[in-house]
Amino acid sequence: MSDHGHDHGHDPIGRDGEPAAAARVRALEDLLVEKGVLTHEEVRARVDWLVSRTPAHGARLVARAWLDSAFKQRALDDARSAALELGLDPGESPQVVALENTEDVHHMVVCTLCSCYPKALLGPPPDWYKSLPYRSRAVSDPRGVLEEFGLHLDEQVDVRVVDSTADVRYVVIPQRPAGTEHLDEAELAAIVTRDSMIGVAHPAAH
Amino acid sequence: MTFAPGDMVRVADRPHTGHHRTPGYLKGKTGRIARVHAAFANPETRAYGADGLPRLPLYLVEFTGGDLWPSAPGRDRVCADLFEHWLEPSA
Repeated sequence: MSDHGHDHGHDPIGRDGEPAAAARVRALEDLLVEKGVLTHEEVRARVDWLVSRTPAHGARLVARAWLDSAFKQRALDDARSAALELGLDPGESPQVVALENTEDVHHMVVCTLCSCYPKALLGPPPDWYKSLPYRSRAVSDPRGVLEEFGLHLDEQVDVRVVDSTADVRYVVIPQRPAGTEHLDEAELAAIVTRDSMIGVAHPAAH
Repeated sequence: MTFAPGDMVRVADRPHTGHHRTPGYLKGKTGRIARVHAAFANPETRAYGADGLPRLPLYLVEFTGGDLWPSAPGRDRVCADLFEHWLEPSA
């Protein structure tokens, strides 16, 4: 019986039905805090940062690259500096590489070992990016995977799958769709989707 | 940096106990250096609380899909970031 006039229990918030993985993460976090490795505030700040990142950031980089060939070259040389030039946060990785898709070459990005992803520019990765089928099949059957995403590539297009296995983060600059000459930078950024910057889709219809 | 773009390299086919960033499907395979990135902290020691020093050169290495998967058509490429101590010169 509680001491303030009602008799329901005061269970911790949101733990009912918590997935086992979430419970493990919570236990790990508690242990790390207890050992003084990190604080709950640091974890919360990191989560807040992560959910504040969206593909709109990467889309700004792509739209500028489509409009300004000198900027595109700078992005291909050093995408981290190019992002900073636009006032974008390129993230913690010391090296960010932009991969340009053309009529002849199509890049797609995977992390076969885990889920390395340019979160600063694209936000949290989609669940499928972290799934075992995508991670294994992207390198062994890229064209089959792309077909499942609804993207059919002509036979003469070279496919390059980039396995993001270490510290470098990759973002794809998709091909600018035909018929977008009249769009301004903001309108162009609006058609640059997350999936097109991973390399599993073309930009959205406009 | 031991290798330059265009150099052919073989990924060491050695077992490794513990954390490392060399995918099993590339071990023993031969590819071509596509990019020389920079030197990065060694994840094999950093994963266990060490500082990961000395930093190790990291390369983007390009493989032909047909060399990795016998059943795959030959033209598509797979590129992966690999640390120098996993690479051997190849003719």
